[in-house]
Amino acid sequence: MTASRVALRRLTQARIALGRAGHALPTQAQLDFQLAHAQARDAVHVPWNIEAFAGQVRNLGEEALLLATAVGSRDEYLRRPDLGRLLDEDSRARLKQLRNQDTDVALIITNGLSSTAIERHGIPLVQAIRNAYRTRSFRLAPVALVPNGRVALSDDIGGALAARVAVIIVGERPGLSAADSLGIYLTFAPHPGTTDAGRNCISNVRPPEGLGYEAAAAKLLFLTEEALRLGLSGVALKDDLSGWLG
Amino acid sequence: MAFTRTFKGRSYGFGDLKTLLAKASPRRSADELAGIAAASEEERAVAQWVLADLPLTTFLMDPLIPPEEDEVSRLIEMSHDRMAFAPISSFTVGEFREWLLSEVTAYADIAAIRTGITPEMAAAVSKIMRNQDLIAAARRCSVTTRFRNTLGLPGRLSTRLQPNHPTDDPRGIAASLLDGLLYGSGDAVIGINPATDSPKNVERLLHLLDEVIRRHEIPTQSCVLAHVTTTLELIHRSVPVDLVFQSIAGTEAANRSFGINLALLAEAHDAARSLKRGNLGENLMYFETGQGSALSANAHHGIDAQTCEARAYGVARAFSPLLVNTVVGFIGPEYLFDGKQIIRAGLEDHFSGKLLGLPMGCDVCYTNHAEADQNDMDGLLTLLAVAGCTYIMGVPGADDIMLAYQSTSFHDALYLRRVLGLRPAPEFEEWLNRVGIFDGRNALSQGNPSPKLLRAIQELSDGTP
Repeated sequence: MTASRVALRRLTQARIALGRAGHALPTQAQLDFQLAHAQARDAVHVPWNIEAFAGQVRNLGEEALLLATAVGSRDEYLRRPDLGRLLDEDSRARLKQLRNQDTDVALIITNGLSSTAIERHGIPLVQAIRNAYRTRSFRLAPVALVPNGRVALSDDIGGALAARVAVIIVGERPGLSAADSLGIYLTFAPHPGTTDAGRNCISNVRPPEGLGYEAAAAKLLFLTEEALRLGLSGVALKDDLSGWLG
Repeated sequence: MAFTRTFKGRSYGFGDLKTLLAKASPRRSADELAGIAAASEEERAVAQWVLADLPLTTFLMDPLIPPEEDEVSRLIEMSHDRMAFAPISSFTVGEFREWLLSEVTAYADIAAIRTGITPEMAAAVSKIMRNQDLIAAARRCSVTTRFRNTLGLPGRLSTRLQPNHPTDDPRGIAASLLDGLLYGSGDAVIGINPATDSPKNVERLLHLLDEVIRRHEIPTQSCVLAHVTTTLELIHRSVPVDLVFQSIAGTEAANRSFGINLALLAEAHDAARSLKRGNLGENLMYFETGQGSALSANAHHGIDAQTCEARAYGVARAFSPLLVNTVVGFIGPEYLFDGKQIIRAGLEDHFSGKLLGLPMGCDVCYTNHAEADQNDMDGLLTLLAVAGCTYIMGVPGADDIMLAYQSTSFHDALYLRRVLGLRPAPEFEEWLNRVGIFDGRNALSQGNPSPKLLRAIQELSDGTP
């Protein structure tokens, strides 16, 4: 293979100029792919140590609430996205007891499709968000920790708490190049049946390659304030921070 | 119409035709998610039995969605060819399976009844076929299409070169594109999934592809897989559009969720034909489909995923496409759970499409939350190649960095050429040999490609225009 062809690799992250062994991939390229896939698989299937996570949230000075979805197993979570959007009955009953509190923001955390992402970036992100929110006078509900949740779970939780805004941090579907991305979704006036057009998303939180914790938290703070001020979220709420950051 | 069968003293009832089709479907998570799958393996097997005994004419008398409610059903009803149907009109579904596999049935006999088969008949017969039946029967259906080359000839396997980039960076795309060409990929189409669907961006990419194809005189066609309305706008502005792409589904409501209807597809088809850019033929639509799309749009009318998919082929064939691609494992494990389900679906789609007369390719693919890996893809890839699949994808290292899923690589196509002797489209093969990429024996050349190609690589890596 010519040197200039190998040099094309600088232009893209795509797996180009891999060489060949006969018709097939060279061994190094083959094993490199297998390793990336193995990391992505592990991200989906390793369990999330939610008790330890709750302890770390409490160490930040926040209350943590452990809830469950209607999902019975990781296998069922993958097959039945509808169940990952619902709380189980016990969790819903517990939330109803908190409903009397006047809540601006319900912050929810789930491993989603990547436990690796939540284990690696969850606590520093929560810390950055907490620090950002505590500069304002938002009334925060206890941080809800829920394994096997989907984005729309925030509708069920936010609705049960009668929160003005629901924010859910979720492990994104792992790719070969990134198995540890977190996404953040914000919904104003959350209630079951909200469509994705009613949400704002901050994706690829994954420093150092992706978005950093403080930058994500600043963006979320901006979106939260705008959502509360305008009384809406989703496509009508622009997340252009450039002017705001000055 | 209701259907019942008693088996060992236990009575099974199927309330209507779509329920019977759903219960007779080989297991997949999409139908379970929709709540229409068989409750037990025995119920599934009994449903298949009942289905096998149904006369094919049942599907003409008992539409799954009333035609007055759904334009896809109207299209299927109106385009049914009674003359072509005549030779098989007395068959049950089970007899139809046997006729498709019989050594007495000639290839030409199968081609002759194409327009007499409705998508529902194709779906029904596939449900009582094993994987080997789907392979053997599809192999007997030859479908040839032309734009700047000839696709689908027996003994040939083509590839879509897919040089995607997460930000549509032209140099990043060009690097993957050149790399793919140098591995012999790209005769079905050089097709980019744009990260952004804006007309300006799509126009820029179309010019890039057009320049590469003209500069190197490659007998192939380009496509940027934008929404049909974007492509239509660009055609009106005289941007070089070879193929019109669109994702399609098998119900009017699902197509509405894609922002399309049949009239819009017809308008785009006519507009692209008026450009007369194909020197060998007029097939210029490129459709993508996939089991589960109607369900995900909540527009499946209680019809199983595979039958909805076959109905999408009913839409496709109204527009004489150059290429149809079932993107089989893309949508996730809630639709096709594991390698076994993905392989089955890929073979069903390829068979059903070919039986209906479509140039079927397959994006043999999976996501990381599905129970599948590259070994499952090797299996499906090989099975489809044996079945005579028209084309597969060529993605650098099988890793699409824009769409974040795994497909098939340039190397995978070379593997099939090696083990099965499958050649690219004849015009493209001649070009590969002429520019020194292939060695004249259907394999990569040991030497360097032509000076013109080397210069293009040098310029791109140096950053000169």
